[in-house]
Amino acid sequence: MSILVIAEQAAGQIKSSTLHCVTAAQKLGSDVTLLVAGSSISATTQEAAKISGVTKVVAIDSPSLSHQLPEVLAPALVALAPSYSHILAPATAFGKNLLPRVAGLLDVQPLSDVIEILSPTQFKRPVYAGNVIATFESKDKIKLLTIRTTAFDAAPMGGSAATESGDVSSLGNGISAEFVSEELTKSERPELASAKIVVSGGRGVGSAENFALIEKLADKLGSAVGASRAAVDAGYAPNDYQVGQTGKVVAPELYIAVGISGAIQHLAGMKDSKVIVAINKDSEAPIFQVADYGLVADLFEAVPEMTEKV
Amino acid sequence: MKILVPIKRVVDYNVKVRIKADGSGVEKANVKMSMNPFDEIAVEEAVRLKEQGKATEIVVITIGPAVAQDVIRTAMAIGADRGILVQTDSPTDLGGVEPLGVAKTLKEIIAKESPALVIMGKQSIDDDSNQTGQMLAAMMNWPQATFASKLEIMSDRAAQVTREIDGGLETIKIGLPAIVTTDLRLNEPRYASLPNIMKAKQKPMETVTPDSLGVDLSPRLLLVAVADPPARKGGIKVESVDALIDKLKNEAKVIG
Repeated sequence: MSILVIAEQAAGQIKSSTLHCVTAAQKLGSDVTLLVAGSSISATTQEAAKISGVTKVVAIDSPSLSHQLPEVLAPALVALAPSYSHILAPATAFGKNLLPRVAGLLDVQPLSDVIEILSPTQFKRPVYAGNVIATFESKDKIKLLTIRTTAFDAAPMGGSAATESGDVSSLGNGISAEFVSEELTKSERPELASAKIVVSGGRGVGSAENFALIEKLADKLGSAVGASRAAVDAGYAPNDYQVGQTGKVVAPELYIAVGISGAIQHLAGMKDSKVIVAINKDSEAPIFQVADYGLVADLFEAVPEMTEKV
Repeated sequence: MKILVPIKRVVDYNVKVRIKADGSGVEKANVKMSMNPFDEIAVEEAVRLKEQGKATEIVVITIGPAVAQDVIRTAMAIGADRGILVQTDSPTDLGGVEPLGVAKTLKEIIAKESPALVIMGKQSIDDDSNQTGQMLAAMMNWPQATFASKLEIMSDRAAQVTREIDGGLETIKIGLPAIVTTDLRLNEPRYASLPNIMKAKQKPMETVTPDSLGVDLSPRLLLVAVADPPARKGGIKVESVDALIDKLKNEAKVIG
């Protein structure tokens, strides 16, 4: 068993999603290689080598990888693939964009959002917005998996893996795709996917201006801010706040759902949280069926009060 | 420019799915089926491009049983011109036709139709794989713009696409032909008008089989089991903010 994990990194930092993937890889075997691909990544590679459980780091460093476009990166993974039994990537926008492209080139049927590894060939994953858990056995020679990060703990730091340079000659070129710009939500708050506390607002919040109530409570708690699809669609919050089956899946210690009714789609993104609090004026809202603590109240009174007292 | 829009017939998003009594999959008998919501967004986007004079023809394709024709008619009522049904009785959600097989089928259709652009949903709400567009792009050696929230056709040879990524938005420029997969914010699909629903019935539809296209749809993944997710028990209602804070501090111990 020889496992390749594709690291997610940006701006010189290994993203925490990578650490969860390394833990998933260790369920498959002890020979875990981490691929760090990007432009000017020597510092990132050194950091990656400290992740406990990684035996080797392969760094593919090229200016053409500055934005890690899948058109460029996927062919390099195809070149690496024959040495491995499994290739893992986090089930994030980065991993979901890249790994199926690799699979298409390799003629492999990948498994998305794996939440449990039963054996080197059997995996559990949620389907139907998390309402059904399916167990699949893969018959492909090489298994390609994206890993739901909330289902596996983060690997600790403290390792010292060997590093080597990967082959840049297999990187893709000639497919017309180029980065133009990015607009990243600037925030001092913890990252939504890995925060210990998340405060989320839904349609009940009513407007983008009112969303400040959610943010104030989040800042008082030092937490991340999330939103339901309804709130994002209505323009109350940016798209990257969305928690749900088609948005981000979170599992913090504490999830506070404010003015969120609890559509199936949303529940799929947060029901693995350790403690769930729901604040909603509708006592019949489905969110209360999953909440450990429910408060039937007008959020415009309860949230400022909580912000003041917490 | 011709646009190909692959669509899928799935259990309606409002239906609470149930596992079949024999545990072989999800119950679909007497369950409302609809077009996958992400695919509806793809059809709408293609129709808008045609209305802007940027597209000339919209061809929709689906893979499924004979009744899957209904989603093709729905797409035609929104504004698609022509439909192709690749008929199979294999399940299209779990343990049957998989994204890899779908991508291979679409590759054959592209060879026949030569579209300049393929717009498709980023994932279907049954198997939730989010793979087909990326796999098809790989097989075609075309650029991919996944999770699109904005699509601008610059010329016959290029498009600019804004993508929803984890930290915010990313804009990329891609050469055409290419694959674009839709995210929720790309547009809000229209409701088909009654006259357009009637007109859709007259639009041409062709039925082919996977065999006639020379594609092998046999699954690579064996469906071993389906199960309900672990149930989460509801907790208690508290009467006030003070009571809530007390519980969080002293019982759950999740805040200091």
